[in-house]
Amino acid sequence: MHDSDDIDAARRQFLIKATCIVGAVGVAAAATPFIAALSPSAQTQADNGPVTVDLRQLIPGQQLTVTWQSKPVWIIYRTAAELASLQHDQTELRDPLSQVDQQPSYAKNSYRARDPKYLILVGVCTHLGCIPNYCPLPGSITPSGAGGFLCPCHGSRFDMAGRVLKGSPAPINLLVPPYHFVDANTVVIGED
Amino acid sequence: MINWLKQRFPLEQIIRENFTHYLLPKNLNIWYVFGVLLCLILLNQLVTGIWLTMYYIPTAQQAFGSVQQLMRDVPYGWLLRYLHIVGASALFSAMYLHMLRGLLYGSYQAPRELVWLIGIGLYLLLIAEAFFGYLLPWGQLSYWGAQVVTSLFSVLPGGEHLVTWIRGDYAISDVSLRRFFALHVIALPLLIGMLVRWHIVALHHVGANNPEGVDAKQAGIAQVNFHPFYTLKDILAVIVFLIIFLAVVFFTPSMAGLLIDPANSVPANPLQTPPEITPMWYLAPFYAMLRAVPDKTLGVLCLILALASLFLLPWLDVASVRAIKYRHVFAKVLLCLFVLSFVGLSYLGLQSLTPNYILAARICMGIYFGFFILLAVYSRLGKINRS
Repeated sequence: MHDSDDIDAARRQFLIKATCIVGAVGVAAAATPFIAALSPSAQTQADNGPVTVDLRQLIPGQQLTVTWQSKPVWIIYRTAAELASLQHDQTELRDPLSQVDQQPSYAKNSYRARDPKYLILVGVCTHLGCIPNYCPLPGSITPSGAGGFLCPCHGSRFDMAGRVLKGSPAPINLLVPPYHFVDANTVVIGED
Repeated sequence: MINWLKQRFPLEQIIRENFTHYLLPKNLNIWYVFGVLLCLILLNQLVTGIWLTMYYIPTAQQAFGSVQQLMRDVPYGWLLRYLHIVGASALFSAMYLHMLRGLLYGSYQAPRELVWLIGIGLYLLLIAEAFFGYLLPWGQLSYWGAQVVTSLFSVLPGGEHLVTWIRGDYAISDVSLRRFFALHVIALPLLIGMLVRWHIVALHHVGANNPEGVDAKQAGIAQVNFHPFYTLKDILAVIVFLIIFLAVVFFTPSMAGLLIDPANSVPANPLQTPPEITPMWYLAPFYAMLRAVPDKTLGVLCLILALASLFLLPWLDVASVRAIKYRHVFAKVLLCLFVLSFVGLSYLGLQSLTPNYILAARICMGIYFGFFILLAVYSRLGKINRS
């Protein structure tokens, strides 16, 4: 063991670096609970979990609105005529093939649905978040004569699959939430 | 007693350094009163805020009702709330004028860069403070404003998770309200207080600029002590300010909807958007920018750039003269256009969206960013620096 006044610069540098690194790890560890505590709590997650809806009450043409994650979700039983109307002039639509990622992969078809009969959409306009109105009467929405949705705020129009029409302020199609059918008459919204 | 204190606390020294022996150039004009006014308004926000907290209940169930109760049932509750609301607008009015003073006299240039940077930091913190506070009454605009602003973070990578993390829920809810309340009444006021202190420490260290934009000592401009020479003038400014401020508080607290939007008298409803979501006037320029850009991500980038440009100003403008009066006519026109574009954007941000308004907002944005770019170019062309 020697005792001298010489400063071992390299050793001192090493000690400073090591102290800084350990300190930084400590700060990160201490910050973890504070950051994690801001995430949705178990209660919040439970409140926003999947919603099960019994579809037996729906009649053709009817719209049912349920709440999922504080957002209105529409379930619409489309009639055969309405389904046929989806083949209207595709040039009227901004994204007829649903290229923009606004739906789960199983809804990326011309009906934008798992089961063509049931249209399931998040009823929030993609422009500034208003809630569009359901206008099923033929001729009320598209030039070629089908029904759909009209946003009361800035006049965005969507067809019976929630696809946005050209000339609307809304940039993209309405959002399709994740959902699956437990059986023919029961749908779970919020879960793939 | 005083001696006992003197030996233990440098009270005398603090008063000497900051008031009785703090030297200021004698040519300061009316543009130099806003710092003191801002301190006064912040004090008003703090005191009225503490009293509001005694009656306000930060839950989605009770927030709206507790504010109504404060307005109707608590003695002078209406006055406390109006002082707080009008105070917020007074704060931003004084702050914008205070910042314009910096632009007029080049007060952000060396050696005062840090004073400017801390000031812009304070501006951002106060924007956040105002934004968090706006959710608390839990009206329709409170709710949807918070919904729209928090959703801006979705453009960042991993944005959807970030938005949920900020809200603590999948949409703005009770959870968000409580955390906004905590940030509004504890976290941000403490940070703001700290930055105000640093702002003043840095200023008193380098000394105030003046309308000539020259070093007062070198140019032979006489210097006088802050107290009593400027404190007396500031008292006059405070009196004039209070007359205007209290006139608004007592006679037109909502300013025809500008300070309290009628749409916010409807309790928050997550399932129904109000027909128009208008921001507070002091944030309207940024809202106008956001709406003028067709792409959401680009819009948010513009927003960040608009604020970041302010931080860069001391290094963009390297002109050898500070004060606008000695600058080339080009710089004078440029500053006028910049101020007009900012006022224009504030107006446009409060209007409903039409193609003409979008075009106007785009022109204003061009001028806003053009100011910084042209200032950087102009100030590097030495010859036209002096008029």
